[in-house]
Amino acid sequence: MITDPLLRMIALARPRGTRFALGVLAGAAATASGLALLAVAAWLIATAATHPPLTALSVAVVATRALGVTRGLARYLERLVTHDAALRTLSDVRARVYERLAHTEPIHRFRTGDLVRRLVGDTDATQDLLIRGLTPPLAALATGAGAVVLATALLAPAGLLLAGGLLLGGVAIPAMAAAAGRGPGRRRAAASATLSTTLVDTLHGAPDLVAYGAMPRAVARLEAADAELASLGRRDAALLGAGAGASALVAGLTLWATLLLGVAAVAGGTLGAVPFAVLALTALAAFEIVAPLPAVANRLGALRATGARLFDVLDTPPAVQVRSTRPRTADPGLRIRGLRVRYGPDEPWALDGLDLDVAPGRRIAIVGASGAGKSTLADVLFRFRDPDAGSVHLDGMDLTGLAPDDVRALVSGMPQDPHLFTGTVRQNLLLARPDAGDDELSDVLRRVRLGVDGGIDLDTEVGTHGGRLSGGMRQRVALARALLADPRLLVLDEPTTHLDPDTRDAVLDDILTATAGRSLILITHDPAGLDRLDEVITLDTHP
Amino acid sequence: MRPLDPRLVRTARSVRVHLAVTTLCGVALTGLVLAQAWLIARVVAGATAGETVGAAVAALGFVVLARVGLAYGAETAALRSAVTVKSELRRKLVTHVTRPGADPTSTDAGGVATLATSGLDALDDYIARYLPQLVLAVVTPVAVLAVVGTADWLSALVIGLTLPLVPLFMALVGWHTQARTQRQWRLLERLGGHFLDVVEGLPTLALFRRAKAEAALIRSVTEEHRSATMGTLRVAFLSAFVLELLSTLAVAVVAVEVGLRLLYGGLSLETALLVLILAPEAYLPLREVGARFHASQEGVAATSRVLDLLDEAPPEPPGHGPAPAPRRVRFVDVSLTYPGARTALQGVDLAVPEGRTLLVTGRSGAGKSSLLALLLRFVAPTTGTIVLDTDQGSLDLAETDPDSWRRRIAWVPQQPYLFDASAADNIRLGEPDASDAQVRRAAELAEAHELISALPQGYGTPLGERGTRLSAGQRQRIALARAFLRAETGGADLVLLDEPTAHLDAYNAALVRAAVARLVRGRTAVVVAHDEGWADLADDVVELAGGRERVSA
Repeated sequence: MITDPLLRMIALARPRGTRFALGVLAGAAATASGLALLAVAAWLIATAATHPPLTALSVAVVATRALGVTRGLARYLERLVTHDAALRTLSDVRARVYERLAHTEPIHRFRTGDLVRRLVGDTDATQDLLIRGLTPPLAALATGAGAVVLATALLAPAGLLLAGGLLLGGVAIPAMAAAAGRGPGRRRAAASATLSTTLVDTLHGAPDLVAYGAMPRAVARLEAADAELASLGRRDAALLGAGAGASALVAGLTLWATLLLGVAAVAGGTLGAVPFAVLALTALAAFEIVAPLPAVANRLGALRATGARLFDVLDTPPAVQVRSTRPRTADPGLRIRGLRVRYGPDEPWALDGLDLDVAPGRRIAIVGASGAGKSTLADVLFRFRDPDAGSVHLDGMDLTGLAPDDVRALVSGMPQDPHLFTGTVRQNLLLARPDAGDDELSDVLRRVRLGVDGGIDLDTEVGTHGGRLSGGMRQRVALARALLADPRLLVLDEPTTHLDPDTRDAVLDDILTATAGRSLILITHDPAGLDRLDEVITLDTHP
Repeated sequence: MRPLDPRLVRTARSVRVHLAVTTLCGVALTGLVLAQAWLIARVVAGATAGETVGAAVAALGFVVLARVGLAYGAETAALRSAVTVKSELRRKLVTHVTRPGADPTSTDAGGVATLATSGLDALDDYIARYLPQLVLAVVTPVAVLAVVGTADWLSALVIGLTLPLVPLFMALVGWHTQARTQRQWRLLERLGGHFLDVVEGLPTLALFRRAKAEAALIRSVTEEHRSATMGTLRVAFLSAFVLELLSTLAVAVVAVEVGLRLLYGGLSLETALLVLILAPEAYLPLREVGARFHASQEGVAATSRVLDLLDEAPPEPPGHGPAPAPRRVRFVDVSLTYPGARTALQGVDLAVPEGRTLLVTGRSGAGKSSLLALLLRFVAPTTGTIVLDTDQGSLDLAETDPDSWRRRIAWVPQQPYLFDASAADNIRLGEPDASDAQVRRAAELAEAHELISALPQGYGTPLGERGTRLSAGQRQRIALARAFLRAETGGADLVLLDEPTAHLDAYNAALVRAAVARLVRGRTAVVVAHDEGWADLADDVVELAGGRERVSA
């Protein structure tokens, strides 16, 4: 099992392996063309200085021109292929992250501001790793080997020197820079996440902050988060600068030592004028191969940190498990026995041994104070969370033995604080039944008293979080959505919050009309008007 | 394509400093490159001819060391500049979106957060890589051309003819891609907002078994983004392609031309080598600019989004006078229309005399919350005025300082926002210096003391993002404690309550009613509620319908 986040991120790209291999090949060809162009040109000039017949130069003349073209072509191809492969991988990763969240998010494990960052930033890091972190080192490896072979053929010690220089400049220095950058990279990613979360918090809570004169303090917190991020960035800058300096030192010293070796060899008669010229220009151009590597390696530190957070999301176990099914019972309707739920080993029981029966077609209300476990019951029925003990059967089927989506085909309704998505009323309603026609949608709007005098229709834009609607309208759109879903057991968690008494009574009346003959669990804190239901059950209040 | 947005130079002082430092480094680097080329040519040609080249080798050593120092200094300075510029822009953005007078209920939090973090991060490439290369792209080719020209005019001619083609092609291609890059950036930003929306709504999506379909939608949206991006890239990379092609072909031509003239004895080996070594250096910075162009454009696009936001017309300057304690607050023919939305209030006239409690009732959407938003000065009346009547005469509310006015207000919103801080700090929101005893007293008055004491760490318990640790009713009581603290300790004398018991069960609702009665006693209060259930507490009742008031008893 691979555990390094970088390797795991690369593994995510495996389906696009062929494209990346092609990209590496093209990248190597491009760098090699540039290097070969200078080597051939040096050979051409140094040979010409000895005044040979023109025909001796003709091959070199053609080769020079050909190399001039291949370099540009290969580079273009490399870029296009690697970017395409990386973007394809990005699309895979984004969907995967979201799918995983879909199994874990309903219990609100992750902070919202941080989540945006994870989805946009950390998944983008995959792309960054593949384009700037994977292709350049592999291409450099291929080209560097070629340059060393050439230098060795010309003058063995110079080949050794170049190999040492390239390894130092391409592997050792970048690796050291990466090791040094790991800590700062982690800290910077964390600081950036803090800033993002603080910013989202400040903007969402802006009305409360402004009304209570606390905005200057919130801005000061933001500025502190920004200052922290900036100071980490400045430290990273010195680190990267040191890497650049060390790279320049290795490249310069290698060139200088190669010239020293060459001068001595020429004076000693073991090296001709032509090979010396070729060697000098090869040594000069060879470091172009490793030039991008220090920046790459330093990036890897930050990439590892973002990768770790990405896999933190991908590795989170699902909030519910499909357990082995208990035997089917013959009882119709909902039958709950000894249900116990708590939010952690040290937390108090939110539900402690609840028994509940809802015969088919019966409509019951569950009332109780805040914290009495009403919403916890809804979470269990919606399969957002597993019970810690007890059984839940619907028409004889054990709900904990069914996949969440199978349960939600039978049990649906309104969660607490239902979310309205940016878009039109129609788009929000269609979530519940994608194939519903406008007639049905308008009809359900009328049933919640929105179509008539609510002043909104199917094309009304609801705004972010339904912000363009009043609290009551938001609740009623969500209610319309639940009615449209038409499940076997309808669970409504506080459906009449925010409604004025007239509308509330009307909506309650509509619920009863619309759900006639169906099973309904109505969770509410407000005992008014519930006498029309078949049964009202009060949950105990916890302290 | 504009290499540098003049607004950026105007807005960010750090950009101007950066440009100066970068230019200095560019000139120094060019000098060292020229010296190195000449020394290498001298060493190779000299050694081949059997001359002593010790001095040239030693000098080369010094040039190498100087380049090391410059590489370190220039890189560090450039990256630091990038950090400083980002921080400066981020602060300006934050200051702008939180500026006094901006409607705090109308900001797109997800979009701004993306812009301020990952959006501005794209500036690294622009500031630390692109701008320095831009300077080099101007300085180096000119210097190289001058040196080559004195050594061999024919090579200088080849380079001189091809060099101008490079920026020409770059401009042509860049001009074509800029609009597309900007569009793509806006798409990315929208994606950020879309992600936030679907992630926050995950429970709802899951409930309707739409989570899987939404994942497919994310995939298709990202796929759409990919094909759009690839379309841009195919053209954007063309500029780099043309650059590479021109520069390598030109070097090849120079090499052949110099080689042939050397063959016929028209040139010395040292000159030929100098020209060969320098020819690629003339194109290198331009090539680098081309290579960094695409990456930098993301930064440019993000920057102009920030600058566009900063350019947004500031709201009318709020008044500066201190807000007096009014004998009466009067709405005179007040209408309110949100930009691009329905009319919330229409010609409302009402009065709230000092020490009395006004109950505002009406159906949902009748404009009750807008009434409070006006009093809180989140928004200003579209027409009409809110008048403060004092013993010294009348005063338009708009002429007073919003902060001093809000210090008079204790507000409990319909959906209070709790921050991920301790319970005590959440209550202290408006009175950061309140003592523990004062906080506890406020919590007791708000009937929140028991629930806070039951938390694992009491008043020190972090409430989780948006107070998710608590139920809706518990959140409401914490918000009520906030208001009590502001009224008791901060001396606020105007109480604004928006549906105070909407979230509470019957038992707690009764407690809160008692608390609210305590809060409004002896203070001026506006209570917004659906029904007249608060009538016994109210001195006056106004019913709103369709944004107009219906006067009652």
